[in-house]
Amino acid sequence: MSEASPAAADVVVSLTNVQVQFGGGSVRAVDTVSLDVGRGEVVALVGESGCGKTTLIRAIIGLEPLAHGSIAVEGSTVGGGRRLRALRRRVQMIFQDPSGALNPRHSIYEAVAEGLRIHKVKGHEPTLVAEALAAAGLRPPDRYLRRFPHELSGGQRQRVIIAAAMALQPALLLADEPVASLDASIRGEILALMRSFVDSRGVSIIAVTHDLGLAWNIADRVAVMYLGRIVEVGPTEEVLRSPKHPYTQALLSVVPEIEGMAQQILVGETPDPSRIPSGCRFHPRCPVVASGEADRLGFGDRCRGVDLELEPEVAAHRVACHAVAR
Amino acid sequence: MSERIPEAEATSPVIGSVPRSGRAVAWDRRRASAAGVWRGLRNDRLAMVGLVVLVLFALLAFAAPWLSDESSLSAANTGDNPIWAPPSWEFLFGTDHLGHSVAAQFLWGSRISLFVGLMATLLQIGIGSLIGLTAGFFGGWVDSVLMRLTDWFLVVPFLPLAIVLAAVLERGLWTIILVIGITSWPSTARLLRAQVLTVRQRLYVDRARSLGAGRLHLMRRHILPNVTPLILASTTLAVPISILTETTLSFLGLGDPTSTSWGGMLNSAKDNSAISGGRWWAYMPPGLGIVFVVLAVTLFGRALEEILDPRLRQR
Amino acid sequence: MSVLELHDLHVTYRTDGGSVPAVRGVNLSLDTGDTVGLAGESGCGKSTIAGAVLRLLPKGTEVSGKVLLDGEDVYAMKPGRLRAVRWTSAAIVFQGALHSLNPVRRVGLQIEEAILLHSQQSARSARIRVGELLEKVGLPAGQAERYPHQLSGGQRQRVLIALALACEPKLLIADEPTTALDVMVQAQVLRLLEELQREHGLSLLFITHDLSVLTHTCERLAVMYAGRIVEEGPSTQVFADPQHPYSRALAAAFPTIGDPASRMNPQGLAGDPPDPSALPAGCPFHLRCAVAAPECSSLDVALRPAGAGRSAACVHVGATDV
Repeated sequence: MSEASPAAADVVVSLTNVQVQFGGGSVRAVDTVSLDVGRGEVVALVGESGCGKTTLIRAIIGLEPLAHGSIAVEGSTVGGGRRLRALRRRVQMIFQDPSGALNPRHSIYEAVAEGLRIHKVKGHEPTLVAEALAAAGLRPPDRYLRRFPHELSGGQRQRVIIAAAMALQPALLLADEPVASLDASIRGEILALMRSFVDSRGVSIIAVTHDLGLAWNIADRVAVMYLGRIVEVGPTEEVLRSPKHPYTQALLSVVPEIEGMAQQILVGETPDPSRIPSGCRFHPRCPVVASGEADRLGFGDRCRGVDLELEPEVAAHRVACHAVAR
Repeated sequence: MSERIPEAEATSPVIGSVPRSGRAVAWDRRRASAAGVWRGLRNDRLAMVGLVVLVLFALLAFAAPWLSDESSLSAANTGDNPIWAPPSWEFLFGTDHLGHSVAAQFLWGSRISLFVGLMATLLQIGIGSLIGLTAGFFGGWVDSVLMRLTDWFLVVPFLPLAIVLAAVLERGLWTIILVIGITSWPSTARLLRAQVLTVRQRLYVDRARSLGAGRLHLMRRHILPNVTPLILASTTLAVPISILTETTLSFLGLGDPTSTSWGGMLNSAKDNSAISGGRWWAYMPPGLGIVFVVLAVTLFGRALEEILDPRLRQR
Repeated sequence: MSVLELHDLHVTYRTDGGSVPAVRGVNLSLDTGDTVGLAGESGCGKSTIAGAVLRLLPKGTEVSGKVLLDGEDVYAMKPGRLRAVRWTSAAIVFQGALHSLNPVRRVGLQIEEAILLHSQQSARSARIRVGELLEKVGLPAGQAERYPHQLSGGQRQRVLIALALACEPKLLIADEPTTALDVMVQAQVLRLLEELQREHGLSLLFITHDLSVLTHTCERLAVMYAGRIVEEGPSTQVFADPQHPYSRALAAAFPTIGDPASRMNPQGLAGDPPDPSALPAGCPFHLRCAVAAPECSSLDVALRPAGAGRSAACVHVGATDV
């Protein structure tokens, strides 16, 4: 799965030129993103806050409306009405803050049963709930059913949310910073659990994160987003070991775990999607432009003047950068 | 069931005992939470004092027909009674300027005061909840229109509006209820709208939506359960205000002339110079009755609010 | 001479549910220019230590043992002396940059206020100093005119650092100063702290849950679990070759990118962080420990030597086999 883009036949979700706007079009949070995710594939969507990664997955699940483009889940385009509900069952989401994502008044049983009831899933409800909890590592389930979110630890709450999502047998699991709010020692367990569902049930995952270690831990592919656009995508090992885009390089250089890489701390603030620079949107912070190297090599004007998208789909590892496209 | 379990979990440890049904689990939860509320009230001494006082007054009002004859309130039957008689064994609270027994009036008046207080509150909470929930839940122009309406009712000074309404409409018990109801709902509407808006922004509502929940489900499972405690709490807190309003209106002579309420008794005591004449027995019983009932409901309501309102609960 | 010394520090919170021992016997000392990282998960007591140093804990909290700032016992100080010591001897940079600043006052005024409160300078020279401080933390002096909400998270964190440096403290305590920040901004703030530390010869006590951040910033590392230090030593050694099984798990939690061992192999620790009010008997870690021995359920091991300048609290340390 990690070598090439997934075969068209087994694409679970397909994004085509997706655009999400806020404030009546003044903010392009997601700006023309295309991405296919194959069955059983884990894609890590990385970038700083404000890069549009969370907005993108909220759009996939229908929490944000599309301004342009289309999203197809297992071949059928996401539309309105009843079809949307059927599609929703195939796409599930887990959240960064497991405490906030559980209704404090509902018992664990009700939290897991909620989706089953919405979709009128056939079967003996208590058995389905217990199975889901056990599969998410809450064993024996009977110990948790009647408890309330506040009686569980953060890691356990995240397991409840994963159980509720997986109980619906989704094809695609969207994970918004699934371990960012958890304690360090819990992190690995939750990631291992997510990966185990990929291996045992063939679910696909899009994990939104700022944590490149998460990508290294569980992702087949990495897509790096900057100001609403994917600037580099490819197999995890290629992107993280030999990043091509200067932004990816900078992101990797500040990860403290990487030895022997000169730190390339970008100046300036986290970019603001209401003011997208002209030309390559990364050029005001780009070290290649700032060092004058781009001008020396003769493509500095293009960096400042010409907007660009990802290279055409020839190789699995693709970049949106004038320095690389040259 | 076995065909639903994918291979990977076929060998997983036993699922253990499973509850009979989802309804049983939900039932357990509701019973536990009701027990929790009762426990909270039991631990609050002031709330229990309020509850006891309230129950006493309710019993008194309920038992009025057995304790005193309603005919004793009509002038035709009291011609032989002394007027302005101080409290005695025959007339426990004395008599008024027409020789009516103050005790009997107090008893029957409690029925009117409590009834009006309760019904006006229900009306006010009903209108307020409906408007608040609708505005908060649908948002957009529905919200704007309803909130402008609410603002309008909120800024119009209450007493003049109530007086105008009471004067224009036919005088009677239900008019009083209607007047109180339609003048005091805006604060409830605002409160509920705000609560709906906060609940709607909760992450668990997002999660329910991502599970595939529609509007009806969100309303029924997440928003209403989170708003109901607030409705209950504001109901108990609105009762004393309604009772006081009824008193005010009756005291101003805008009440129902055909039935005696505590406010009406105060009005008549004032009109017949009981206060300047030192006939304290004519105004003390209804006055103290109002003070005690209002205090009791407030104490109980405060405690209930603290227990039920998620914003006041410490966790 | 030690800038900060903790001797057998115990901190117990009083709550409605009973007493909660948050710190249970911590010894730590920082010399001038030392950088020490304090790592651990939520509830391990690391932030409580920050509060204990400057007596910022809630009323009624029980503190025993000694906290010496510059050799002076903090818990024996009179209120006036304590106020003087806060800020001038030791200052804290907290995690929630938005909540630590007054939202309705310009940030420059807030820094100026701190300077005027703790020194005999004139308002004029204080204002000049505010400009200097802001430039030192990488903000244009003009930002002094801004209100906190007009600044980004990273800029606010810089203001807080400037505020902490206002009275030239010898010791800077940084409690998760970068947790809420974006990766790139986090790197900027870390670099700033490192530069300031070097430039001013500050002693730095850096508190975080992220072990990997500490190895970069701090020379020495202390790993806390359930209110105690379970491992201490030079940070690169502790990170590369942890002796305590808990530090091992923490170090493995953040994978080394490019390391084939962690590829598709997230490492975690079973069980949940301990509840300080209900610690298990014996070694508090034994329930989650992969290498627990039978005696661990009854034997609570103190820190013992584990190589040059290192120590760890585990039965396996110093024993023949691990």
